[in-house]
Amino acid sequence: MNISSSLKIKQGCNNVPILKEKGQNEVFCGLTGIIWLHRKIQDAFFLVVGSRTCAHLLQSAAGVMIFAEPRFGTAILEEKDLAGMADAQDELDLQVEKLLERRPEIKQLFLVGSCPSEVIKLDLSKAAERLTLKYAPNVRVLSYSGSGIETTFTQGEDACLASIVPTLDDTSQEELILVGALPDIVEDQFLSLIGKLGIKKVTSFPSRTKNKAPKVGKNVKFILCQPFLGDTCEALEKRGAYHIKASFPFGEEGTTLWLKAIAKAFNVGENKFDEVTNGPRSRATKALEKIKQKLSGKSVFFFPDSQLEIPLARFLVRECGMKAVEVGSPYINKKIVLSDMELLPEGPIISEGQDVDLQIERCKANKPDLTICGMGLANPLEAEGLATKWSIELVFSPIHGYEQAGDLGALFYRPIKRREVLQI
Amino acid sequence: MKLSVWTYEGPPHVGAMRVVTAMQNTHYVLHAPQGDTYADLLFTMIERKNSRPPVTYTTFKARDLGSDTSEIFKKACKDAYHRFKPQALVVGASCTAELIQDDPGGLADALNLSIPTIPLELPSYQRKENYGASETFYQIVRKLAQKSNKTDQLSCNILGPASLGFRHRDDIIEIKKILNDMGIDINLIAPMGASPEDIQIKTAKAHFNVMLYPEVAETACRYLEKEFDQPYTKTIPIGIGATKKFIKEISDIFGLKTDNHFNERLRADWWSKSIDSTYFTGKRVYVFGDATHVKSSVKIANEEMGFEVVGLGCYNREFARDIRSLGKELNLDSLITEDYLEVEAEIQRLQPELILGTQMERHIGKRLGIPCAVISAPFHVQDHPARYSPQVGWEGANVIFDTWVHPLVMGLEEHLLHMFREDFEFNDSAGPSHLGGHSNHDININEKRKENINTIEEIIWEKEAELELKKIPFFVRGKARRNTETFAKDKGLNSISTETLYEAKAHYAR
Repeated sequence: MNISSSLKIKQGCNNVPILKEKGQNEVFCGLTGIIWLHRKIQDAFFLVVGSRTCAHLLQSAAGVMIFAEPRFGTAILEEKDLAGMADAQDELDLQVEKLLERRPEIKQLFLVGSCPSEVIKLDLSKAAERLTLKYAPNVRVLSYSGSGIETTFTQGEDACLASIVPTLDDTSQEELILVGALPDIVEDQFLSLIGKLGIKKVTSFPSRTKNKAPKVGKNVKFILCQPFLGDTCEALEKRGAYHIKASFPFGEEGTTLWLKAIAKAFNVGENKFDEVTNGPRSRATKALEKIKQKLSGKSVFFFPDSQLEIPLARFLVRECGMKAVEVGSPYINKKIVLSDMELLPEGPIISEGQDVDLQIERCKANKPDLTICGMGLANPLEAEGLATKWSIELVFSPIHGYEQAGDLGALFYRPIKRREVLQI
Repeated sequence: MKLSVWTYEGPPHVGAMRVVTAMQNTHYVLHAPQGDTYADLLFTMIERKNSRPPVTYTTFKARDLGSDTSEIFKKACKDAYHRFKPQALVVGASCTAELIQDDPGGLADALNLSIPTIPLELPSYQRKENYGASETFYQIVRKLAQKSNKTDQLSCNILGPASLGFRHRDDIIEIKKILNDMGIDINLIAPMGASPEDIQIKTAKAHFNVMLYPEVAETACRYLEKEFDQPYTKTIPIGIGATKKFIKEISDIFGLKTDNHFNERLRADWWSKSIDSTYFTGKRVYVFGDATHVKSSVKIANEEMGFEVVGLGCYNREFARDIRSLGKELNLDSLITEDYLEVEAEIQRLQPELILGTQMERHIGKRLGIPCAVISAPFHVQDHPARYSPQVGWEGANVIFDTWVHPLVMGLEEHLLHMFREDFEFNDSAGPSHLGGHSNHDININEKRKENINTIEEIIWEKEAELELKKIPFFVRGKARRNTETFAKDKGLNSISTETLYEAKAHYAR
């Protein structure tokens, strides 16, 4: 099957000027990534060093759904920590000691910086070094910042993974690493497909436990599963690994291009590729056919949230026939999303960063058929007559790969369908 | 530094948001980093609010810290003033902005806006959400309320209802009915629904204030008493007895005649007296939440439902003294804590048959296999119902009766479970039949946990006794285990036989 011919489009949006506004950003901070990371990395605990606001954010974003022994917590800074009456480093040691006593199964501890800890310049990397020495070899302590002054939402995962990279063991073997936390089911599907392509050694990063972590070296190639992993990508390159660039694996087209890039990097023949992928590919195409009928011609507006916006816009426009009005992203790393930008036809406003009030005005003026936005905006926009899809669901659901292509489309169709169904 | 997993209260600026969001034509400019905007979703999701909370966040970034964050704040104030055209602007800082000390109050003043600005100084590293709400409401009232003559007719203000308060929306409707029945006019309700102009012009016209929620309104009520000679009610009308007392309290101050004709909407009293309710008698209940709802619930549980309250506590330290003295009155220890693990340990120790609590206790109950009804914030979206369901007044008493009874296994069903333990579909792992397949998996898991944590170590259960214990229905099994172990320990036994189990049962018989 020759994809390159079907991919030719008049003009991608990779060269259109990007609208950059400065104002209120209505997005989560990087701490939010802990909500899925603490489930994905099963032997890790995430200790946020922050304020009551941080604790409240985590609990509100998690919706208190995962009350059963969460593997995260907040060491809340108090007046005496700020006034210098207590040495914050000593206090932190004390909290870590108590925590590790209570939770002996923890093998990796992440000290996560927050806005207040960054502003008072509490050195968590120093703390992590000290604590690693103290608790080695049982527990490894790392640190990263999930603060809102430095990270937006999914960048928290990027910072977390980047902090792990220097600890990965060396290897001289040829290996492939899939980078980015995926739902277990998707991860297993990808590992199975890639295995069938004949690539022997494939690992996921982050691994579910510390002892299954990937190794890294000059013969290691990696591919990103998520578009928000710029720092992790650089850190892996610094360790000598090769970055396989591709569109992101959403929908039939995205997944095929993504797998194709892997196949090319590992010299997998075209016949072999077709043999392995034809089955799931045609299933994905079939699943998308119905959705395409429903979504075709409808307009979509993306508020910035997870950095998934550009690849998802590519999916909705090219595979579901939608018309993008605006594609907002908190941060656009062209090195990483270039393939998706080249495929996304010119037309929509591409915006980076946000002035939420102005963006809401643009959205209302355009009256899109579907608006993708955060939970703080969704109900207010619904009340004004706009169909919305809350974007956090996109990082909480299995949406990658062939077998999820139909589900991904359906996720966007559901709000529209609901409006058709309701007679009130 | 204090390790926290789940918190009962958010930071104080969230309390401020609860007040401002409840009001009309008011805007809050909050100096805060990106990410603090999460607070919007508390309102839009839990309360299903259909508009954005009237809050502008400056969302400064690390790179702004080196330059001028105060310029960003001033621009946000000006933009909000022009865009939203509020009658008053509330300004303040969240925890991070407090550290950079930009002085939002001073900066806003310097803009010389044509509307009043109300600066808030909420110490984020010492205080919490309820304090923030109370202080914000007080500052708004203090800044805006103007002297005025009292209305000709006897009238009152209803103070305290705020966003994200437990059933505040419906409590207002119920309390209005009760006051109107007494021939009292409602002059102003605040903060919910009030505009800055309302507060400015109307506040002082009322003859007295109804303090509906001390957590939000007590500071303001005290101020208004001193400043405008307005007495305020101390009784919170939640429960039948408390509603009667509330009516009497007002009647005594103003020499009104009271009769009870207007409580014909009340059904809970007869519902509680009717024989189906006999099985409530002496049911062991644990109560935890905000102080106001806990105080009311303890009275209702003991005096109006015929339960036995076996423990109580609250998370808001500001009202610790009230809760401690209530505990003393009942000869119970009271727990004042913001650590849900302590609450869980206490519930595990006491093994109540019903928990009256918050969303946290609902989870604790789920883990321990103990039914729970919600009586206080923080609450989940499912405890913010579409239907009218107040807590105060006569209808509130009806709603409370229904809500608390709902999670229990009902009278006859309870008997049948005792009698036919091994029925394949009607057994304790099926849970209360009206609640559908209430899963028992976690109960089993928790039994194991309990065995680790809660078993008195030196005492061994003999095999037959252990099997016998399993025949006791799940909703009293934990209590039976604990009672038997305590009994054995008191007797100096080091193992428990079936005999011991039944001796203990006789000993604790009620």
